[in-house]
Amino acid sequence: MFNAFASLLRRDLSAALHIQSNWLMPVAFFTIIISLFPLGVDANPALMQRFAPGVIWVAALLAGLLSLERAFKDDFDNGSLEQWLITPHGVYPFALARIVAHWCITGLPFTLLAPFYGYLLGLPAHSLAAAVFSLALGTPVLSALGAVGAALTGCLRGGEMLMALLVLPFYVPLLVFGANAMDMAAAGLPAGAALAILGALFIVALLLAPLAVAAALKVMLD
Amino acid sequence: MLDATKRYASLPSFYRLCGRLFAWLLPATVALFAAGLVWGLYLAPADYKQGEAYRIMFIHVPSAWMSLLVYMVMAAAGAVALVWRVKLAELIHIECAPVGASFTALTLATGMLWGKPMWGAFWVWDARLTSELILLFLYLGVIALYAAIPDRRKAARATAVLAIVGVVNIPVIHYSVIWWNTLHQGPTVTRLDAPAAHISILAPLLFMAVVFKLYFITVLLARLRGSIAEQCRAQQWFRDEAAGRA
Amino acid sequence: MPDLLDWLAMGGYAWFVWPSYLIGLAVLAANLCLPVMRHRRLLRRGAAEEGGR
Repeated sequence: MFNAFASLLRRDLSAALHIQSNWLMPVAFFTIIISLFPLGVDANPALMQRFAPGVIWVAALLAGLLSLERAFKDDFDNGSLEQWLITPHGVYPFALARIVAHWCITGLPFTLLAPFYGYLLGLPAHSLAAAVFSLALGTPVLSALGAVGAALTGCLRGGEMLMALLVLPFYVPLLVFGANAMDMAAAGLPAGAALAILGALFIVALLLAPLAVAAALKVMLD
Repeated sequence: MLDATKRYASLPSFYRLCGRLFAWLLPATVALFAAGLVWGLYLAPADYKQGEAYRIMFIHVPSAWMSLLVYMVMAAAGAVALVWRVKLAELIHIECAPVGASFTALTLATGMLWGKPMWGAFWVWDARLTSELILLFLYLGVIALYAAIPDRRKAARATAVLAIVGVVNIPVIHYSVIWWNTLHQGPTVTRLDAPAAHISILAPLLFMAVVFKLYFITVLLARLRGSIAEQCRAQQWFRDEAAGRA
Repeated sequence: MPDLLDWLAMGGYAWFVWPSYLIGLAVLAANLCLPVMRHRRLLRRGAAEEGGR
């Protein structure tokens, strides 16, 4: 089962990295959203520091959606999903590999960029570690929940908007706890509580979301 | 028992059962609802703190309870539809969605009308109203996904997956909104609460809550009858039924 | 008569209480009437098709 997962992940990653736009687009989109906020609201440092955590998280949620819509599209089109449904491993390793691969091209670069962008938005230096932890724990949940929406809408025409409608309400806890962890750290308070909840969400989402993805794929292929 | 379940799980007999039950439940629901209105709007005393404005509660709170309960029913029926592929469960599952969405919208509308005199503004990002707004988005997602898939049976099972994921998420979303709200407490702290839990106010509230549940069953039966008729409109048994009625 | 007006005034909250109940009644009534009307339409069509054969 683990071997199946590893080979799938390797295949997905090399496919994603092969085409430059696949991994460049989410990062570019993430950057653009963040740079729009100071232009739209105010570039006053005290004010920016107040909205920086929320801006970084909203940007991560939206930029994560961008590359999600393609997650299962090719598999639906070329019929490789049917093969996965009949293998002895089941769909679980396949779904998990897709989630991890999506995280590698979205959540991982967002996490690495978060302290830099946080600094540009005026977050104090002592809160940047919390920014990294909050994104590192939260973005995998983003990929996992997003994969459920992608599996449900992947074979539909014009499914991108629909997927955003399905998935964005589920992202509310990530936004709240993720931004709160950064907020607390910026105010010099302990951020542990929100990070602990994000950690719990991380574990539950990675355990359960592949099951939901598998169920959704089975329904859509029927 | 199993025989009876099988009998009523077949669509024609369930269709007839719906018709018989609906004929009984409709007058009962209307009469009890009218009684609840008289109790809530006239007989119940004014609250000493909120005056007469609290009477909005008799429609707001049962509606809010129903918005959650209907989601649970929708997800439970969806689970049955996914596991056992019962067609009737698929119908119950999807017919719940518009009803639940309308309860949610009603809760939001009455909550805003209650908020204006209590908070001084129609909308103040109160934790419970915000959760309710997100619940409305969840319902809209189910309705939109169902509309986007051409095959009705596949659509119902796809929305069942979504509803089950939603049921797992709702407590987390609700808790996160409360967390957010206590950290960013607005300038007003008055909450839309059942005032003092005095029996003369609590009794009509609970009565209304029961009437709303009865109402939901009545509406669900009416919707099921309509959707069975829609799906079986080309079948002989339905045409016989229709010719017999005319 | 003054009693009735008093009751309608809802202690000054008439503009919030009555619209709430009005919206409530409208939503609940629509939920009941729409499926009943749809069912009647289908029955009529079914009867017409059965008679036409």
